[in-house]
Amino acid sequence: MNPKSANVGIVIVSHSPLVAQGAADMVRQMVGDCVPLAWSGGNAEGGLGTHAAGILAAIERAWSEAGVAVFVDLGGAETNSEMAIEMLGEPRSGRVIICNAPLVEGAVMAAAEASGGAALARVVATAQELSP
Amino acid sequence: MLVVLANAALIGGLIDICREVIAANADHLSELDRAIGDGDHGTNMRRGLEAVYAERSRLAYLPLPKALEEIGLTLVMSVGGAAGPLYGTLLIETGRQLAGSGDVDFPRALERAIDAVARRGRASAGDKTLLDVLYPVHAEVVRRAGLAGVAEQAERAASLTFGMKAMRGRASFLGDRSIGHIDPGAKSCALLTAAICRFLEEQSPA
Ligand SMILES: [Mg+2]
Repeated sequence: MNPKSANVGIVIVSHSPLVAQGAADMVRQMVGDCVPLAWSGGNAEGGLGTHAAGILAAIERAWSEAGVAVFVDLGGAETNSEMAIEMLGEPRSGRVIICNAPLVEGAVMAAAEASGGAALARVVATAQELSP
Repeated sequence: MLVVLANAALIGGLIDICREVIAANADHLSELDRAIGDGDHGTNMRRGLEAVYAERSRLAYLPLPKALEEIGLTLVMSVGGAAGPLYGTLLIETGRQLAGSGDVDFPRALERAIDAVARRGRASAGDKTLLDVLYPVHAEVVRRAGLAGVAEQAERAASLTFGMKAMRGRASFLGDRSIGHIDPGAKSCALLTAAICRFLEEQSPA
């Protein structure tokens, strides 16, 4: 197994491609290449919005046997992420968790935790400590 | 009802009329969404129905439960917003319930599918969502109201969301200011229900 995929993966989902990509850039600056990372932003036509197919593809790109933590902005991002996780199918769907945390801070803190080799539950808990 | 429905002309016809009613009302739906949301409901739904229409010739030759499930999956993959997962769940679950081994009739399948939509959206009756149309429609189906009655009830139910305060989705950020607008999801649901009822009425033998 390559060292990259040994760490928990991070997926960022925003209604805006610019926000999603920008947050991913900040994560990359923090942890470099040692955490699998992908983002999905915008609807199927590239406008503001979210879509399950794009999120599913992002989870596949950031896939890690250690699991994937997903960060979302507004309602539709969460609902479409849930749908994408279901479509991933068992048993992998059980290893993907949507974090109840702020998108940017959550993703950066989770990635820092993941880069040290922390397990999925630990990565998620670290991000969720941001949300009282 | 199911026996009548299970053929290519009917599945294809249903796809056609749903696509038509959404295309004809897409601007209006986006306008309703602009008032209390992000203004994309009409374009999102139109994109979804166009994606379904693009697969029409394949979908029409599937058994009805399978067709419903696949139409739902197509909507999930193409609509986006909250509407994609919600309409997708409704159709996927209706199809799966009808295909299941148990003796599940249409009203029972619809009931379970609506419950799945409520879980997916973490919403309940009165939250100003498409559930406020789905629940009354199901009640009419259960009491075996005629197709015209179901259509009328759907339209009436959508109008009633005007006075509701949104509890889910982006409209909920507006609090009391969401009152005084029809919910776009409830409206699209009523338009689709009414179009489907009209179509089925035209198909049924006099
Ligand atoms: Mg919208």
